[in-house]
Amino acid sequence: MGAGHAHKLYRHGHSPVHALPPHCKLAAVLCFVVAVVSTPREAVWAFALYAVLLAGVAAVARIRPGFLLKRLVIEVPFVAFALLMPFVVPGEQTELFGVHLSVPGLWGAWNVLAKGTLGVAASVILASTTELRSLLLGLQRLRLPPLLVQIASFMIRYGDVITDELRRMSIARRSRGFEARGVRHWGALAKTAGALFIRSYERGERVHLAMVSRGYTGTMPVIDEVTASRTQWAHAAALPVLALVVCLLGWTV
Amino acid sequence: MSLPTAPAPSLEVSGLAYAYPDGHQALFGVDLTVDRGERVALLGPNGAGKTTLVLHLNGILDAGAGTVRVAGLPVEKRHLAEIRRRVGIVFQDPDDQLFMPTVREDVAFGPAAAGLRGPELEDRVMTALKQVGMEEFAARPPHHLSFGQRRRVAVATVLAMEPEILVLDEPSSNLDPASRRELADILRSLDVTVLMVTHDLPYALELCPRAVILSDGVITADDRTQDLLCDDALMRRHRLELPFGFDPRSVSVPRP
Amino acid sequence: MHVPDGFINAPVSAVAGVVAAGAVAVGLRGARRELDEKTAPLAGLVAAFIFAVQMLNFPVAAGTSGHLLGGALAAILVGPYTGLLCIAVVLLMQGILFADGGLTALGVNITVMGVVTTVVAYALFRGLTRVLPRTRRSTTAAAFVAALVSVPAAAVAFTLIYAIGGTTDVPIGKVLTAMVGVHVLIGIGEAAITALTVGAVIAVRPDLVHGARGLAAPLKLRVDGELVDAPAAAEPAPAAARSTRKVWGAGLAAALVLAGFVSFYASASPDGLEKVAADKGIDEKVQEHGAADSPLADYGVKDISDARVSGGLAGVIGVGVTVAVGSGVFWAVRRRRTPEAPETRTPESV
Repeated sequence: MGAGHAHKLYRHGHSPVHALPPHCKLAAVLCFVVAVVSTPREAVWAFALYAVLLAGVAAVARIRPGFLLKRLVIEVPFVAFALLMPFVVPGEQTELFGVHLSVPGLWGAWNVLAKGTLGVAASVILASTTELRSLLLGLQRLRLPPLLVQIASFMIRYGDVITDELRRMSIARRSRGFEARGVRHWGALAKTAGALFIRSYERGERVHLAMVSRGYTGTMPVIDEVTASRTQWAHAAALPVLALVVCLLGWTV
Repeated sequence: MSLPTAPAPSLEVSGLAYAYPDGHQALFGVDLTVDRGERVALLGPNGAGKTTLVLHLNGILDAGAGTVRVAGLPVEKRHLAEIRRRVGIVFQDPDDQLFMPTVREDVAFGPAAAGLRGPELEDRVMTALKQVGMEEFAARPPHHLSFGQRRRVAVATVLAMEPEILVLDEPSSNLDPASRRELADILRSLDVTVLMVTHDLPYALELCPRAVILSDGVITADDRTQDLLCDDALMRRHRLELPFGFDPRSVSVPRP
Repeated sequence: MHVPDGFINAPVSAVAGVVAAGAVAVGLRGARRELDEKTAPLAGLVAAFIFAVQMLNFPVAAGTSGHLLGGALAAILVGPYTGLLCIAVVLLMQGILFADGGLTALGVNITVMGVVTTVVAYALFRGLTRVLPRTRRSTTAAAFVAALVSVPAAAVAFTLIYAIGGTTDVPIGKVLTAMVGVHVLIGIGEAAITALTVGAVIAVRPDLVHGARGLAAPLKLRVDGELVDAPAAAEPAPAAARSTRKVWGAGLAAALVLAGFVSFYASASPDGLEKVAADKGIDEKVQEHGAADSPLADYGVKDISDARVSGGLAGVIGVGVTVAVGSGVFWAVRRRRTPEAPETRTPESV
């Protein structure tokens, strides 16, 4: 939630993590997160190990800790929900600083916070070490339906163009002395949204014309195919395999 | 053109009429022939049907009446793939034209759709980018380029298909004077037939020895560009105005 | 509303992932049928629009502001298939590029925010536009109701998923009241913005509003300078209309039942999540639910198991209705398309 996704996460670099093929990284992050989510919450030490693993990857990728931490803010709405749990969850009660808290609620809050934070951190590392374009190629390689990848790639290509149009419309509004202050100004804002839709749709039609003019018949020609060597897969697999070990230990220990 | 069997003209439009599905009729019998290697300016007021005509050239719109031939090949359903390879249209807004995530992929789109792959494709892309002086920008996303650079890449996307005829819709719009000149240099350097739709009369004079005026859905004048621009009555009749202080008589253009 | 990792347990996340994948597959097929080779550029541009419009801030009061979620808007403007695809792609990109919403929770997010929102909104919208007179105002009104209901419907769906696969045993009745209460408020904002936006589009390009194509003026052809009426555009044949009317009626009735449910809960907890937090936050005991006037309050007060059962039941019913509406729409849309298909060709052949 929260408004605005304007800031891009990608940080240019030449670390070993940057150099890995995108589909290896996508698969690795997904497997890692699955391992984290499947870990029993009582194994607190396991989550500490996961955090250490991620910190290791971040260090190899030369991502500053400050950058990583700042991006975790995205979680906030659900942190609020998690913090509520110790108060609303029924069950065994405990007292902390004179406040009644429920034990299952505390466990629940811990569970959501730990897993959620690790998941966001893993995604942030992925997004900040992989270019948009290669992410799309990675998704394509992971056998996402081609049409879906095409839609995503058009969305990425035109996201900035349309956001810019929105910005220009907002400047035009303000230049004429309009400042949205409350619900009574929603009409004008909605007109902006409506105009933006019409422009986007018409642009879609023009883009289609431009594509057809260059021989498009419904399928995108494959221009770049990303490939990964065995070694690259092995490197990428390091994180999820270690995570899997931790997860299994979490269930047995 | 003194050869016994002259090559078929790049473009041959005869008796072309078209009404949009909403009933609005835009073309009322257009006749236009553009020979191989010619550079022709297509002038006309807003709403004269210029864009409609352009969309007929590669079969996006189907002729209501009349025919269009590209290098002798009629624009019909069964030839569409070949026609679209031969007619390269550069649209007015480069953002519409550059739809791929990087410049290189965008330039590769047309040839790849035609089946080219591997080093051959790479070669074609780099040649086209060199022709417009954009080879260093191959890996960039289009929205990180300036408007003039985007327009040049848009030209490259079409050149990569090695077209018979290059059709440019308002190529000089929104360009600063330097970009405008750079584009003119590029267009002059190309060995390809050019049809240029424009309101920019000095630009037409600079680049195209011949010009035609499309007005009310028909070609109403077809002559040397300089002669057309000097005919004040004709110009006024078709709402064509020269920029302040520009006198077409004072410019010396090389005779074809 | 982006659900992070660890909120829903792994098996249920996986099931939601399968549901989402299936829905996206249906969306891909449907969009292909509607837009053909235009699908990629148009859906991509609409997804970019949804992405951008989520950044447009609508000031509420005193420095707070909200923004559009866009599910209902997308469904009404470009139809349920393309709309669903657009939302799914936006969510996918937000998850991968901006770490917004967990990767394992992607299925949950697409199911809740994509499938439920677009399907409920479109079903209600089409149902209402069929019943109401064919005017712009009623189209806008239908958009309002559709968006209003779609948001709490998503909240109900989320609660159901949470009831099955939530990692913590929060009393489901309370989650439901809190979620639905808050989301009715959000829904009102969403509804107002959606209706105004749809109205703005209809005023300029009514042909672009997928759900309101019947409003377009009849076409004319110019033949030798004279204006002649074009052959009528594809209207559903009377036979087809009769055969689907029952389906539409059923779908609408189901949707209205759902709306009834929602308003029932809405009146039950006007205070929402913050009030719940304030009530419970400091010293009060959990069981003394603040909303004593709530029709659900007695469930919560007596004992926990009762509350869970009844809350879960309410969730099941709510989502059951949602699912019924959804399948009704898919069925209706699919059946409607078959008789219409040959007719859309008539204008070309004339």
